[in-house]
Amino acid sequence: MSKLLGWKEIPIGTLILKPGSTEEIKTGDWRTFKPVIDHNKCTKCTLCYYYCPDGSIILKTEGGKVVKVDIDYYHCKGCGICAKICPVKAISMVEEVR
Amino acid sequence: MPKIMGLTGDEAVAHAVKQCDVDVIAAYPITPQTIIVETLGDFIANGELDAEMVHVESEHSALSVVTAAALTGARVFTATCSQGLALMFEILYIASGVRAPVVMAIANRALSAPINIHADHSDSMAARDSGWIQLYAENVQEVYDLIFMAYKIAENKEVLLPTMVCLDGFTLTHTLERVELLDDDTALKYLPEKPTYPYPISLEEPATYGSLALQNYYFEFKVQQEFAMNRAKEVIPKAMEEFTKMSGREYYVYNAYATDDADVIVISLGSTSGTMRSVAKELRKKGVKVGTVALRVYRPFPAKELKEVLSGAKVIVAMDRTLSFGALGGPLFEDLRSLFYDEDRRPLIADVVYGLGGRDLTPSDAKAVFEYGLEIAKTGHIPELVKFVGVRE
Repeated sequence: MSKLLGWKEIPIGTLILKPGSTEEIKTGDWRTFKPVIDHNKCTKCTLCYYYCPDGSIILKTEGGKVVKVDIDYYHCKGCGICAKICPVKAISMVEEVR
Repeated sequence: MPKIMGLTGDEAVAHAVKQCDVDVIAAYPITPQTIIVETLGDFIANGELDAEMVHVESEHSALSVVTAAALTGARVFTATCSQGLALMFEILYIASGVRAPVVMAIANRALSAPINIHADHSDSMAARDSGWIQLYAENVQEVYDLIFMAYKIAENKEVLLPTMVCLDGFTLTHTLERVELLDDDTALKYLPEKPTYPYPISLEEPATYGSLALQNYYFEFKVQQEFAMNRAKEVIPKAMEEFTKMSGREYYVYNAYATDDADVIVISLGSTSGTMRSVAKELRKKGVKVGTVALRVYRPFPAKELKEVLSGAKVIVAMDRTLSFGALGGPLFEDLRSLFYDEDRRPLIADVVYGLGGRDLTPSDAKAVFEYGLEIAKTGHIPELVKFVGVRE
């Protein structure tokens, strides 16, 4: 996070004039279980993309076609919805021990 | 020649709000406030006022609606009292925290239990730390006039704080008095231009409103609010001076009577001030040196102005129409005691708690308050920190 500003420097009343600032916040470190995709099993059906509550599934496309499904670990909170919803069980939740 | 009408306090609020060209009103009924929003409903139905009236399911929602509406740049209004204000408590802090210039009328009414619908200040006094500006009216004319000043102050870009206009339940809300009205154009010229809020919600310039601020930023936002309150201390007397020039009716943060050479000054909020002044006038005729201060602005506390007007007295009696259970005394009393702590020459300051649940303060009770003050002036001793006036033992 950038330098903390003083009360004279910030907008009034909790305003954030530049929207989308949540993106800067690392929510990835809230995780205790990390979703890992087995790309051999993944059918690129994209169900996980639509179910992810945090927009943390990244679809790599070529010519409008999904060629690879990845996870944005900077934001993924490890809720496990993607693993639960995956119809071919291509996503497993792996405990992160640090 | 100004337009003159016979209006109750509630009707006076509604007439003033109409003339302020309010855009959004949230209405939830509670005695003795209900007539305010009913009258505004009539104005909208008659085509006299072009505003959005939102019928909400609770006071919590009423304040939520107008807080959000204020952030779109609209001029907003709601009214409540007592249990309704208590239910709004969560949103009181949110409205001031997001700096929404909401104006709300409080028809002061006692808090339950026991259930009671009559005037005391336990409702608004409980909200004194919520970051709202608080104005108190003495009579129906003041009720009407203070609504205009409330918008002028709340929407000032240096302030942007929600503001309560407090009027005693029934004593003012339901009492018909002669009221001089402003003409519509003059009133509108006095008010700030819209949008009322400088960063109105818009699709063209999206922003985040009501965001999260934890250990890293919460403190900074609260200090901003405190400095806005400090700026309000400068803005309020100016807004009142400008209103005085426009209306010919004199306004200041207080209304003082015979304070210059007074041995005893009694200070009070709301409709009681009229009774105190009237009794003080009778005593003055007999040569008794008493004076009164009717305080119109309670938050921000006008420390500088009060020190000037009160410091000559031997005794100050603070009239609190609420109980601050377990405290040294009532809120007005405690503020005044703190005010004079650093002074070399401190007046003796006593507290009177009176009128709870709408109990009348009769002229003979008022006389007893002055006599109590005079006795303290003579003996130099305050017999009890808090004196209850008008209660049976």
